[in-house]
Amino acid sequence: MAGLKTRKQQRLVVVSIALASLIGASLLILFALGGESLSLFLQPSDVKSRNVAVGQNFRLGGLVETGSFTRLDDGLTFRFAVTDCLSTQPVEFTGILPDLFREGQGVVTEGALDENGVFMASTVLAKHDENYRPPGTMPKEEGQCSHPDDQAAAASYAEG
Amino acid sequence: MAGEIGHFALLLALMFALVGATMPHIGAARGNAAFMALADRAILAQFSMALVAFAALTYAFVTSDFSVVNVATNSHTLKPLLYKISGTWGNHEGSLLFWVLNLTLFGALVSWRGRKLPLRFRSRVLAVQSTLILGFLLFIIFTSNPFGRLDPAPLEGNGLNPLLQDPGLAFHPPMLYLGYVGLSVAFSFAVAALIEGEVTPLWARWVRPWALLAWVFLTGGIALGSWWAYYELGWGGWWFWDPVENASFMPWLVAAALLHSAIVVEKRDALKSWTILLAIIAFSLSLLGTFVVRSGVITSVHAFANDPARGIFILAFLAVVVGGSVTLYAWRAPKLAPSGLFGVVSRESALVVNNIFLSTFAAVVLVGTLYPLFVEAFGAGQISVGPPFFEYAAAVLMSPLIVALGLGPLLAWKRGNVSRSVQIAFPALVVGFVAALVLVWRTSGDFVMTAFGLGLAAWLICSVVLEIAHRLRLRKGASITSSLRKITRAQWGMSMAHMGLGFILLGITISEAFTTEELTVMAPGDTVEVAGYDFTFEGVAPIVGPNYTAIRGFFTVYDGDSILTSLTPEDRVYSNPVMTTTEAAIYPLFSGDLYAVIGEAASAGRWSVRLYFKPMISGLWLGAFMMMVGGILSLSDRRLRIGLPTGRKAQASGASA
Repeated sequence: MAGLKTRKQQRLVVVSIALASLIGASLLILFALGGESLSLFLQPSDVKSRNVAVGQNFRLGGLVETGSFTRLDDGLTFRFAVTDCLSTQPVEFTGILPDLFREGQGVVTEGALDENGVFMASTVLAKHDENYRPPGTMPKEEGQCSHPDDQAAAASYAEG
Repeated sequence: MAGEIGHFALLLALMFALVGATMPHIGAARGNAAFMALADRAILAQFSMALVAFAALTYAFVTSDFSVVNVATNSHTLKPLLYKISGTWGNHEGSLLFWVLNLTLFGALVSWRGRKLPLRFRSRVLAVQSTLILGFLLFIIFTSNPFGRLDPAPLEGNGLNPLLQDPGLAFHPPMLYLGYVGLSVAFSFAVAALIEGEVTPLWARWVRPWALLAWVFLTGGIALGSWWAYYELGWGGWWFWDPVENASFMPWLVAAALLHSAIVVEKRDALKSWTILLAIIAFSLSLLGTFVVRSGVITSVHAFANDPARGIFILAFLAVVVGGSVTLYAWRAPKLAPSGLFGVVSRESALVVNNIFLSTFAAVVLVGTLYPLFVEAFGAGQISVGPPFFEYAAAVLMSPLIVALGLGPLLAWKRGNVSRSVQIAFPALVVGFVAALVLVWRTSGDFVMTAFGLGLAAWLICSVVLEIAHRLRLRKGASITSSLRKITRAQWGMSMAHMGLGFILLGITISEAFTTEELTVMAPGDTVEVAGYDFTFEGVAPIVGPNYTAIRGFFTVYDGDSILTSLTPEDRVYSNPVMTTTEAAIYPLFSGDLYAVIGEAASAGRWSVRLYFKPMISGLWLGAFMMMVGGILSLSDRRLRIGLPTGRKAQASGASA
């Protein structure tokens, strides 16, 4: 009996191929998830508390602080602050902002901190619906946003 | 009035679903033909009622009846008619009603096309389908009633999200839903087969057209969504590995695996329990997709306002459907009759390879999509799994699949010969290597991965051509036309779809590596060169549309000295609701797309603009289209049209019925 003549042998081959691919896929997942592809999703106060290293990629979510938005002279670079109402994080982005970008609305940006502590965003993610509030963009203390100290802090940031 | 009729029709449909989900099982258990025959009538009644309900909602949308909450929150009198109609399914409640309509439609189609199915089996299938319909109807009636009233009725509606007011997106959801729901038929067939405890080659022959149809719709739906993202979001991207996109991609992968494994069941009576499992998984992933989209448990840039109560209901329904069917599978599958045999080197084995890679890829995508959920559940903070993970997995898992795909169709059934097949496909191998080497040489070694992708695409496309040529050569002496006619539509369909995959790969590889992008500010009269084409900015003009105003930018594109085309991107401001959208201007050339987006006004009369040249990107749309055409060709094959020969099983059940 040469080759595969019985069902048992056939099943053995199929099962061993499937097992090998399963092990391969698990290794692949472990390997790929360990690399650059995994980015933290942080809000501004997390950025502070975690002391994120300069140049480490992560996603920053929060509200675009009211009154923080400015455009530089080149017409393509924008500066704004993202807040979770506990802490604010200055952000710089070069490009065309998505349609739904607006002060006071949730935003998710992707990038890394530079030496001056400014978040250099490589992408600003668009959302499809203004009513949608992604979990990561909701302020931790929504009531805090109207706090005078917070607004004073925002004002001083805008001046600086 | 229409609202009440719709609501009433939904309640009636629920009653019919209750009957349709129970009576046929009782009939089948007791051998009562009259009870079993109820399944057909119940499914038709459900379909009619769902149709009435959907028509009522559409009517409310078209006539702008703002006393219906759903219409008031999602429509507006000034909206063009097309978007009033598409608004019916462009919201949560309406989309679920559309789901139910499709579930009943497919049920009714099974009842109509499956006249020759044994009564006992057909009634089981329809009963399972009715159970699914029942679940969705309960969901609608208890958490998402589309016919809720508003008193007093507002004079004007809130309008539909302008991003969704687009022809591409008007048809993207219905296509996807048809795909998701089409998989419900495969699911119902699988569960019915498990209940009956028998899977025959005939079973695969019944299931395969449904799986194929669902897959064609899924392909179309995903392609339309990608195309929409490409031209509407204005950053030239077409796929972001977002959870919501993955939610549609996973069922697509599993459906592709299913329609290949069903062939092995049909031809060789093997892989039976695996095929059943695939059918269950494919539909479960569709439900999971709905759960992900509708519950908001995963951070996604896609936006659907959501409600935890709905999420919990879908999760519970998912648990019942998946848990129930998998339990049934664990209990029944070992009893399925032993399989037929095939050699290690054979077409069947090639299809097994296809299945292993496709389903492994689907599993990896599933892990990547749900991983953030687990990490968060264990309190390790919020993370996101980015495109590199998925791209890496795609490269590792799809490359061997494509290598095998070039050879598979050349292998004989049951016992193939590798060296013979390699011999036939050898020119394709050479073309692939040469293409890759030329690219490496031309770019002085900077694009090794791109070269690899290009080589694979060239190999696949050429091997499909060689395979067709080989079929023609087999019939020595016959004229070419008669030989061409001898190739069945199913075979043409296969070649077409496989070649489509080659074009998609070509489009992805080349456009990802060689896209030229210019982000700049331009004053009228300025010229910017992008990939050898000169874009001259002529200025902007305000324009007025039906429910928006816009700034339209004018670009003239020169190829050397001759005018190639003019591009007019727009930045629109919609009035209801107030929102700005970007309308990219795209001019497809054979070599690639010219793509222009206008941003905001900068100082001194300048405008921020983004210009692209995206080489070969059309390969994506062409490839997806070929896949769909291939699927339809295969569906129209004579074997399937004649459909259901009265086989051993049909006669057996006919006798017992």
